[in-house]
Amino acid sequence: MNLWKEFTKGFIKENPVFIMALGLCPTLAVTSSVKNAIGMGLAATFVLTCSNMIISLIKNLIPDKIRIPCFIIVIASFVTIVDLVMNAYTPEIHKNLGLFIPLIVVNCIILGRAEAFASKNKLLPSLLDGLGMGLGFTLALVLIGSIREILGAGLWLGKEVMPDAYIENPMLVAILAPGAFIIMGLLMGLIKLVNKGK
Amino acid sequence: MSFITQIFTLAVFAIFVNNFVLSKFLGLCPYIGVSKKIDSAVGMGMAVIFVMTMASTFTWLIQEYLLIPYELEYLQTIAFILTIASLVQLVEMVIQKTAPSLYKALGVFLPLITTNCAVLGVSILNIQEDFNFLGAILNGLFSGLGFTLVLVLMAGLRERLEKSEVPEAMKGMPIAFVIAGCMALAFLGFSGLNF
Repeated sequence: MNLWKEFTKGFIKENPVFIMALGLCPTLAVTSSVKNAIGMGLAATFVLTCSNMIISLIKNLIPDKIRIPCFIIVIASFVTIVDLVMNAYTPEIHKNLGLFIPLIVVNCIILGRAEAFASKNKLLPSLLDGLGMGLGFTLALVLIGSIREILGAGLWLGKEVMPDAYIENPMLVAILAPGAFIIMGLLMGLIKLVNKGK
Repeated sequence: MSFITQIFTLAVFAIFVNNFVLSKFLGLCPYIGVSKKIDSAVGMGMAVIFVMTMASTFTWLIQEYLLIPYELEYLQTIAFILTIASLVQLVEMVIQKTAPSLYKALGVFLPLITTNCAVLGVSILNIQEDFNFLGAILNGLFSGLGFTLVLVLMAGLRERLEKSEVPEAMKGMPIAFVIAGCMALAFLGFSGLNF
């Protein structure tokens, strides 16, 4: 039961994006379409899960003073793996995400979980924590991506979901940079409102 | 194009058109996190300008003289992040020894910069866009200036916001994002510039 809690806390209660406000850069940068959001979310989930596992395994070997550089090397190795694999198998998504794949290294969610959770817990909880947080991150990305793609292009995952007249003349600003900031702000406000009402 | 015009174009593009925060979404954490007071925003901005320029210089040299000759380009991410992390540490130590007053102003911000994605971002972009050595250094400098500009503007806005009435749920981060959106809208106007 406890393990289940470790897994699900990242979805809503401790959602890394909306509640903890971590990993904001990729959240806004890659969510102009749902497809990119899913790609980014899964890439980060993979890195997060693997790095959490490795760090929880080697936590006793790392001297306390240099733990942050050690964590960063572990994370950077997995990011390199993801970078190469995505380049080989999903070149289109790799091209769209571009700069933001190497930048997973400095995504504060991953270093944050390594420092706050994996370096203090055993293998299995760390694995579930990483997986849960990663999926929570993906969930947040897909939510923002859906709103932006539907408002900004009238599409969802490339399929037409709005009337033709809307698609011809969509609210373009939602896909552009300003829309990302404003939608993010409104969503955060909404979530704060809902949480307070509980 | 003469040399001066080239530099000017690079500066305008890095500071306004391709602003790191508002159009590339890099360095958002300090942008939202350290923009509550103008003083700390200026301090953070200075530290970022400094580190971005240094990082651009060293990562370019490492790419050109270490990674390319030995065909190790796939290690770029690891090599760059290590360079930046050690650079930040080194800069911190040097400033602490040589300029204590500067250290007092920048000190608290320096460790935060390692995980500022703008620094790693500018290093990778310099390589991707094929800048030469001087171009890479200047791009680092100007991008840092652009970051500082919007950070300080944001801090000014948020200081005034303290006194205004904001709906309870929108207080703090949510309203900061909406303001950032409005700023991004204004900066979008610069993308019409043509040289």
